[in-house]
Amino acid sequence: MKLTQQRKLRTVLTGLFAWTIALALFFPIFWMFITSFKTELQAISVPPSLFFEPTLENFEIVQERSNYLHHAMNSVITSFGSTLIALAIAIPAAYSMAFFPTKKTKDILLWMLSTKMLPAVGVLVPIYILSRDYGLLDSRTGLIIIFTLMNLPIVVWMLFSYFKDLPKEILEAARMDGATPWDEMVKVVMPLSIGAISSTGLLSIVLCWNEAFWSLNLTASEAAPLTAMIASYSSPEGLFWAKLSAASTLACAPIVIFGWFCQKQLVQGLTFGAVK
Amino acid sequence: MQRLTKTTLSCAVSVATCLTAASAFAETQITVATVNNGHMIEMQKLTPEFEKANPGIKVKWVTLEEGVLRQNVTQDIANKSGLYDVMTIGMYEAPIWGERGWLREIDTSGDYDANDILPSIRGGLSYDNTMYAAPFYGESSMVMYRKDLVKAAGMEINDRDSWTHIRDVAAAVHDPDNGVYGICLRGKAGWGDNMALMTTIANSFGARWFDENWKPQLESAEWKNAVSFYVDTLSKYGPPGSSSNSFNENLALFNEGKCGMWIDATIAASFVTDPKQSKVHDKVGFAQSPYAVTEKGANWLWAWALGIPAATKNAEAAQTFVRWATSKQYIDLVGQTNGWAAVPTGTRASTYANPKFQQAAVFADAELKAINSANPNDSTMKPSPYVGVQFAAIPEFQAIGTTAGQMVSGALSGTMSVEKALESANRSADRQMRQAGYY
Repeated sequence: MKLTQQRKLRTVLTGLFAWTIALALFFPIFWMFITSFKTELQAISVPPSLFFEPTLENFEIVQERSNYLHHAMNSVITSFGSTLIALAIAIPAAYSMAFFPTKKTKDILLWMLSTKMLPAVGVLVPIYILSRDYGLLDSRTGLIIIFTLMNLPIVVWMLFSYFKDLPKEILEAARMDGATPWDEMVKVVMPLSIGAISSTGLLSIVLCWNEAFWSLNLTASEAAPLTAMIASYSSPEGLFWAKLSAASTLACAPIVIFGWFCQKQLVQGLTFGAVK
Repeated sequence: MQRLTKTTLSCAVSVATCLTAASAFAETQITVATVNNGHMIEMQKLTPEFEKANPGIKVKWVTLEEGVLRQNVTQDIANKSGLYDVMTIGMYEAPIWGERGWLREIDTSGDYDANDILPSIRGGLSYDNTMYAAPFYGESSMVMYRKDLVKAAGMEINDRDSWTHIRDVAAAVHDPDNGVYGICLRGKAGWGDNMALMTTIANSFGARWFDENWKPQLESAEWKNAVSFYVDTLSKYGPPGSSSNSFNENLALFNEGKCGMWIDATIAASFVTDPKQSKVHDKVGFAQSPYAVTEKGANWLWAWALGIPAATKNAEAAQTFVRWATSKQYIDLVGQTNGWAAVPTGTRASTYANPKFQQAAVFADAELKAINSANPNDSTMKPSPYVGVQFAAIPEFQAIGTTAGQMVSGALSGTMSVEKALESANRSADRQMRQAGYY
């Protein structure tokens, strides 16, 4: 076999492998989507049917039973609100750690990351009691605070990884021109890192949107986001897969569309620093 | 100065008028936490009728998955958070929380007619003769079977057959090559999943969870016989993967025509006879649960009920709602609105006496018989110190039952022997009871 043929074969095999992985990852979403158009009986039929007469009945039931817009608005406000606050805290923090490191900077970074290693349920009781005492149960403010704290380590780490790769010479040049550290951050570092900041923000929004543990434990009716709405369709006694799939499809749709429009920034954000 | 006083006075009068007007139109909003099932969803739909009759009260619904509901309402009630004004709880929680003073007593005065509530259900939701939760619907367990398959196999199923006869029928109708399994039973681990059924089987084999001194009895010969019988029967004549099947999975199998018989909650009767859900709706027969050496505790007793947490700030409105949702009038309203087959059952004697209900629900007699035959205060052959048929109403039981459920599920899937499973479950139960200070 010639070298060019070998290369072609390798490309085809790599492509096939990538497609297989992509399809495997996409399959649950595809199955959820088609199940949402089935009747409850079709949803549980064995063997499962790929071809069937689609129905919008489940979407009608979800619309009738749940206030979709109320839950969606809660998801939007808590995801975007907490991401903005997280970025407002993380940008100066990452900037300071990247350009003015001290002996303890690495320890602080590791400590921040270590908070993500603790299972959320481990701090459920104290956080629940604090929320109760400060009147934050079932409030968007409470959820925004939790989401901000939850994602802050990741946001700081991602921005720190990007900032530390920026050429120091640019900042030195700005300093020669009389820029203060604040000017350096706002007028030099932030414009240069707009891609990294937006992709970090996007990732944070996606993580908040999909968060279920705290949403289910700290909200009831007023602040319940879409994840809480989905959970309400699981039933201990009775068939529910088709209705649950319809609720999930409606809950996933906004973030999937949003992610699709922003995929370039997302991929850039997830891969920066990966290839040097 | 005089002008200033006049202005101040007129402002004060205006503010006072506004406040009075506002309070005259003030609405009390109550939040109801509930589980997602057909009857609860219907109640949600009929809430405007309640609000029309009680213009000062607005109802907000929070529907949750059963496990999440349990966790949320327990957190809420134990921390006195006051997030919920009415919460859906089960027969397990009501007496425990009532004893601790976490729930308000249900107001049964006036035209509520508490004497119409089925005695076993009322007893199960009470502590010290005080009702702490009002039953919304109740259930027991019974046999649902395919009349056509059983007849074709030359067999018969009757009320209170022996477990060995049930196994013989399962063997006769078992035809996996044609996609029919002899018997479908719960196998998924959980105190409310496999252990609900397993406990009724064990009760009928003469077993009990604890002796008079609260010592766990899971290593007794009765438990070994019961679990061995269950594992053997389900492994031979059950569907593959039974260890991950619970109510919904078995419901799906039965409705698809893949189970010769199914022993589970009486509420399933309304699903398996519903032409919209079941392919075998016209071929289903019902019988009382089987037994081995005693009929005591052979079928379970459960109720979903509405309780009012002690920390609620809207107790009066909550009482009004609970009384409405669990009244005879509400059952009438559902009957007139959605048909008599859709009314919440298992709570009131008047429902079963209603000819319209009797005509609409083919399972009515079997269900009532099952509920009436269950006695949570006397569910074991040997004396036991606890209340409950398929559970022991003590706070420690959830953990003990769940661990035992995992072990029994392990024995069913073949990862450990029945003896080993029961030994581990007993050891774990013993440790927890010791830690809780029972002995």
